[in-house]
Amino acid sequence: MPPLLRMRGIAKRFRGVTALDDVDFDLQAGETHVLLGENGAGKSTLIKMLAGALEPDAGTIELDGKPVTIHSAQQANALGIGTVFQEFTLVPDLTVAENIYLGRPPRRFGVVDHRRMRRDAAVLLDRLGIVLDVDTVVGRLGVARRQLVEIAKALSHDVRILILDEPTAVLAGQEIGQLFALVRDLRASGVGIIFISHHLEEVARIGDRVTILRDGRKVGELPSSSSQDELIQLMVGRPIDQQYPRRTPEFGSALLQVEGLGRDGVFRDVSFEVRAGEVLGIGGLVGAGRTEVVRAVFGADRHQHGTVRVAGRVLRPGDPAAAEAAGLGLVPEDRAGQGLVLVLDVGENLGLATLGRSTRLGLVDRRGLRRRAAEIVQRLRIRTTGLDQVVGNLSGGNQQKVVIGKWLLADLKVLILDEPTRGIDVGAKVEIYQLMNDLTDAGNAVVMVSSEMPELLGMSDRILVMADGRIRGELSRAEADSERVMALAVLGAEGGGAEHAAR
Amino acid sequence: MRNMRPGERQDAGTGVGAVGRLRQTGRLQQLVSAAGSLIGLLALIVVLTVLSDNFLTVANLRNISVQAAVIAILAFGETYVIVAGGIDLSVGSVAGLAGIVMGWTFSNAGWPAGLAVLAGLVAGLLAGLVNALLIGFGRLPAFIATLAMLSMARGLALVISNGVPLGIPPWVSTLGSGAVGGLPYTTIVMLVALAITAFVLRLTYAGRAMYAIGGNSEAARLSGVRVRRQQFVIYGLSGLFAAAAGILLAGRLASAQPQAGTGYELDAIAAVVIGGASLSGGSGSALGTLIGALILGVLRNGLTLLNVSAFWQQFVIGAVIAVAVLLDTLRRRSVS
Repeated sequence: MPPLLRMRGIAKRFRGVTALDDVDFDLQAGETHVLLGENGAGKSTLIKMLAGALEPDAGTIELDGKPVTIHSAQQANALGIGTVFQEFTLVPDLTVAENIYLGRPPRRFGVVDHRRMRRDAAVLLDRLGIVLDVDTVVGRLGVARRQLVEIAKALSHDVRILILDEPTAVLAGQEIGQLFALVRDLRASGVGIIFISHHLEEVARIGDRVTILRDGRKVGELPSSSSQDELIQLMVGRPIDQQYPRRTPEFGSALLQVEGLGRDGVFRDVSFEVRAGEVLGIGGLVGAGRTEVVRAVFGADRHQHGTVRVAGRVLRPGDPAAAEAAGLGLVPEDRAGQGLVLVLDVGENLGLATLGRSTRLGLVDRRGLRRRAAEIVQRLRIRTTGLDQVVGNLSGGNQQKVVIGKWLLADLKVLILDEPTRGIDVGAKVEIYQLMNDLTDAGNAVVMVSSEMPELLGMSDRILVMADGRIRGELSRAEADSERVMALAVLGAEGGGAEHAAR
Repeated sequence: MRNMRPGERQDAGTGVGAVGRLRQTGRLQQLVSAAGSLIGLLALIVVLTVLSDNFLTVANLRNISVQAAVIAILAFGETYVIVAGGIDLSVGSVAGLAGIVMGWTFSNAGWPAGLAVLAGLVAGLLAGLVNALLIGFGRLPAFIATLAMLSMARGLALVISNGVPLGIPPWVSTLGSGAVGGLPYTTIVMLVALAITAFVLRLTYAGRAMYAIGGNSEAARLSGVRVRRQQFVIYGLSGLFAAAAGILLAGRLASAQPQAGTGYELDAIAAVVIGGASLSGGSGSALGTLIGALILGVLRNGLTLLNVSAFWQQFVIGAVIAVAVLLDTLRRRSVS
């Protein structure tokens, strides 16, 4: 019997640059095939051909042994290919049900049949084991739940092949488990699943086979039980000696002091301090209030209670400009939405946090800004065609380096990183960890929110675990392990729930 | 060193080589954008020269620059706003109000000419600051806030003038109609406004902040740009430029008309957009806007010379706006 999907000799070039070169890929019904590779390796290009977004320059695609050409997304849907892309495609102002049936709502006498749409959506979510009110406006949902809506939307078609492009990038432990259970159910029902990931530990958990791409070529097809070291070596073309190269220097005085920080209904009684040279990790489940706390510390949002001090100076609540002046920087969770001005060039983005201090009498010292930006580009090894390249055209890892570089130019004391390596390939991750080391070596402090357990354990000198808007525990580097962190994150949440019930 | 990384995102080049090749894509792209509209303008001039003997004459070109000047100055003010991702619908009405304030303080209150002109400029500035207040602190969408100002400013102009034209300082009339060395004063004012706008956008903190705010106001805010405070600079400048245009317009008409400038906001916005700015913010230039305003001016003038009826002129100008933006969109798509 021919495989469900067979791609042979696929090639694609973009303006002279080879994106894919002679790639073979196949997928059986009832199989999860993991596609692994660094950013820029060609994974997205390959799946875009199945989704109808791109057509190959050479090579063939066969479904059930019959050659097909896929010109459009509609055609892909008709062939039973569903794709959940990295970038969200939901309309924030519409409800869950409206998004799932976007563009093809059930109709009655030519009018949208809202009752049926809501019922169908509820049945679908129920079947997938997703607990979500179909009338919720999508804009109110966190990224994790939006991801689930995306998957439900893809599965609302009659799907034989489901493509998931880094679905776990925005999810935390619990939700990843939920997603994997869903994937296993689908696989059991005969759906073929292509799973794209950066997370090596997921390969064995979810995959049957794994195909590795590097620089547009297929460099290996292995059983998913292969060792992580073997996979890394194939991905980057060289062994990575240390995934988490934390170098802890001597600690100095407290640079950031947070006392009794609170916002009603979101978080409360948050107190901690971070010393010079220290990396403080903040762990917990998505929705525990970690992002809300660090945003309030930086002044991105207001808080009602408590104080934030940087090197002894009290910050005005809700004023990012004051935080910047005091030496506090924030690398936000949502890189494209909050960290970068995608339409502007690399130089302009790198100079954004220091625009004020490069100004005399209203005039910007552009030459100085560009010179310092060029130095940062070299120091951080940002791969760009030049300072004039539009930031939106860089890869994820290089974009993140630009956001961090912007703060390195400022007179920084404390840098807050919210999910610093989300959606970034292994090589660039290590470079970002090295930057954290450089910062602490230079006597700065780092606060890192992370949902990636190995990263949290590997890079933090001390870990705070949050649940339900409160700090539930503190672990030293020596005593921290994933069981202890999870226990605090989960037990804390249950304890919080009981407290709510009692009130 | 790693290989060049081909792929779905352009990720070519290495950090080492990057610094040596500083001035590339971004600047180039802006240049190409302005060049696109410049080619359009030149093509238009060639066609009209062939079709009409009266087009390419010194007198007619001077005529065009005078006619285009008021729209160009309004459009420069509008450029700040559009670059910063906003929109200002009130510029036409504010221009009218500024003329009336100048006329009333001069001929009814008996203020000296200089002071009356200053009063007109201050009126425009205040209107812009009120816009900024409504947008930055009242959290109104720019469209609504400036639509309200469009109506309020026009209403005030009618109230103050009682609906009748007012006299203006004689030298303002000279400014509107005179010339020095063959160059009309109006054209000179327009070129000064061009220089100021290019300077502000390129070299000042406020200008660079406008691009950042227009491109992503949240990223700008989280980088320490005081976005709400900058709204006062952005809309204040727009109001000030509108007032300057209104005073110049009164000079050309030799009186302050309460209905002067009605509908000009749409021409101003069109000029900015034809000049290559994006209504979603983050792009645009002074030179582009000037070219946009000249395209509108040349087109109006040429159609009149060709005896095209005023009714058809409206249609053609609408079509040109659509085609210009369409071409620009297609170009952007092919670049990215």
